Amino acid sequence: MSNEWPLWEIFIRGQHGMSHRHVGSLHAPDAEMAIKNARDVYTRRNEGVSIWAVEAAHIAASSPEEKGPLYEPSNTKVYRHPTFFDIPEEVGHM
Amino acid sequence: MYAQLIKTARSGITPRDEMTDQEREFQDRIDRNEKIEPKDWMPDDYRATLIRQIGQHAHSEVVGQLPEGNWITRAPTLERKAILLAKVQDEAGHGLYLYSAAETLGESRDELVRLLHEGRMKYSSIFNYPTLNWADIGAVGWLVDGAAIVNQVALQRTSYGPYSRAMVRICKEESFHARQGYHAIMQMAFGTPAQKQMAQDALNRLWFPAMMMFGPHDSDSTHSEQSMAWKIKVKSNDELRQQFVDQTIPQIEYLGLDLPEPGIKWNEERGHYDFSDPDWDEFMDVIRGNGPCNVDRLAARQKAWDDGEWVRDGLMAHAKKKAAKLAAE
Ligand SMILES: [Fe+2]
Ligand SMILES: [Fe+2]
Repeated sequence: MSNEWPLWEIFIRGQHGMSHRHVGSLHAPDAEMAIKNARDVYTRRNEGVSIWAVEAAHIAASSPEEKGPLYEPSNTKVYRHPTFFDIPEEVGHM
Repeated sequence: MYAQLIKTARSGITPRDEMTDQEREFQDRIDRNEKIEPKDWMPDDYRATLIRQIGQHAHSEVVGQLPEGNWITRAPTLERKAILLAKVQDEAGHGLYLYSAAETLGESRDELVRLLHEGRMKYSSIFNYPTLNWADIGAVGWLVDGAAIVNQVALQRTSYGPYSRAMVRICKEESFHARQGYHAIMQMAFGTPAQKQMAQDALNRLWFPAMMMFGPHDSDSTHSEQSMAWKIKVKSNDELRQQFVDQTIPQIEYLGLDLPEPGIKWNEERGHYDFSDPDWDEFMDVIRGNGPCNVDRLAARQKAWDDGEWVRDGLMAHAKKKAAKLAAE
């Protein structure tokens, strides 16, 4: 009988105040086991101090075919970058 | 290597003018060293070849636990036992990372495991050799993980994103494996004459099986051309084997052990060591299932799977019951 455990995506926050980062996946019957397994698999060498487990089926992802239209608007808005503005040197660091 | 004799799902290499526009665009991305990600378009044969290679790699990590697990209860000290246990646990993790990478291609882990148990997928030939004594455990870490590292460092640059990321993670853990093995062998090589003899014997027996890990000569490896073009494989079998020999000979010399075979000689002109071929007939025979441990290994895997079924099913039933109760509240 195939009774495969669902797939979970694992996110870990390291020691230094960074955001949780995706580190990989695993199978587990429920959230509690997912976190226990993630502890065993993904934090064997002090990789983190906090674990998030999200069932993979609940993750919505952008599709690669829409890459063009999705990100195009940001290409034309160069003024969003600080380097767009020339500030005279006399003003000092800004 | 951990994936030997992977048949590319396509024979020969497709010339550029016979590619569809989509295939040409795909090849261009590969040539620009862009990573291919799970939801990107990819040729069916690229997907099929990757599933075979990553699957075989995953199986090798898992089956590879058996020859070492064999010695956990008989390690010479408590410290060596803890180290070996940690090393074997890492290998289970490596299997998991790789099965997860294969799953992003649409193949379930249960399906891959089923194909392994039915003998329709392979694992590396090296794990069909026995570990007869404690010196073999040192030699496995040193030589087998050493050879695996050479291969896996190259594969960090493989074109498929999830496979490449699994390799990066694995490589971070592998140098512990090689070093603990070499350290164990050092203690024996610098120990009593009898211990030194055991270290020598382990080196002699495992040398050729380790050489076989890289697969046949490039000239006999007809399937690799398309895999190289797709950057599923990054370096050729012969290139990787030479790299392994060049890095290992000085390590043997440091131990004061004899070289494992008379063909090993420094070649000034090439700037590399020359060495003899392993017995390729033996290699093919082991691949076909006739190595010293093939039957045992597969039986141990099948038994672990069958004996674990009630745990897998029980935990799943418990999770479903809990979820139903929560929904009813
Ligand atoms: Fe490994
Ligand atoms: Fe390893």
